[in-house]
Amino acid sequence: MIYPWIWRHLPGPRWARAVTVTLLLAMVILSLFEWVFPWVSAQLPYQDQTVGGQ
Amino acid sequence: MAVESIPSIDPAAPARSPRERRHVLDSILGLTGEILITAGVVLGLYVVWQLFYTDVLSARTQTQALNNIAWAEPVRVPAITAGGTTAGGAPAPAVDVATIPDNLKVYSAAGAPVIAEPSEATTFATLHVPRWGSDYVKPISEGTNREKVLDKLGIGHYTGTAMPGAVGNFAIAGHRTTYGKPFSDINTLQGGDSLVVQTESAWYVYTVTDHVIVNPDYLAAIAPVPGKPGDAPTVASITLTSCHPKFSAAQRYIVWGTLKYWAPTGHGYPSELLEKP
Repeated sequence: MIYPWIWRHLPGPRWARAVTVTLLLAMVILSLFEWVFPWVSAQLPYQDQTVGGQ
Repeated sequence: MAVESIPSIDPAAPARSPRERRHVLDSILGLTGEILITAGVVLGLYVVWQLFYTDVLSARTQTQALNNIAWAEPVRVPAITAGGTTAGGAPAPAVDVATIPDNLKVYSAAGAPVIAEPSEATTFATLHVPRWGSDYVKPISEGTNREKVLDKLGIGHYTGTAMPGAVGNFAIAGHRTTYGKPFSDINTLQGGDSLVVQTESAWYVYTVTDHVIVNPDYLAAIAPVPGKPGDAPTVASITLTSCHPKFSAAQRYIVWGTLKYWAPTGHGYPSELLEKP
């Protein structure tokens, strides 16, 4: 399993791992919000509001 | 994780016990489950981002774009009343009470200052729509590229169409949902409503004439004479385009209007901004 594997391979005691996991999650969500989602949304047509495909 | 050789085709390998086989199956199911849960969470995050976070971000960049243009008239309109007093009864500051005197209004496109089309993503005008509230003022920027203009700066001007006040069709597009949704209430506009555009040197007051719901390929909507491609324009028109229905790309909601008058800036607000339709 992916998540137990990551958990096992994180260094430090339990609380340190929890902090690391929180930071990793925050980084993943931030990159999704900042780069991935804006790009995906621009590829999808459901938000278009122009005529003539401009 | 590797699913190892199947015992029946490798006679040398020791036969797997049922328990081992169960373990492999569990692993596959567990992994599939984790992937599906992750995908579900990411999709959920996407919905949250699209529906809520884009509004937060775009509202910020649109306000910034507005603040970056020094000549944009701030929203002081709520303080104005026809009698020159604030809602509370105290005399309003002189700058707030002024409405443009009639002798400065020019009821045709003749002589209207027309600015040159700026480079992409440059904010060059603001839009006030009394129907959408006395505090409605949004920046208008050049271009209709989604990532550079519409998703970030709000309202975008179709490159190549007329500029405000020019004979021809000043065509602009905006989101109806998400990204600060500048045109969220486009369906509430009625014939006779005012659309007020301000540039650095002039106010342009347009009046809504009509609306249509069309297919996305209806390029005639932004023709110099709206709806009549090929005709030579004689008046200054305005076109607003947005998606229709909400959250769909199936059609476009189009609002057309014509220029009522223009007036130089620096002499107060157009009285249309005081209207409460």
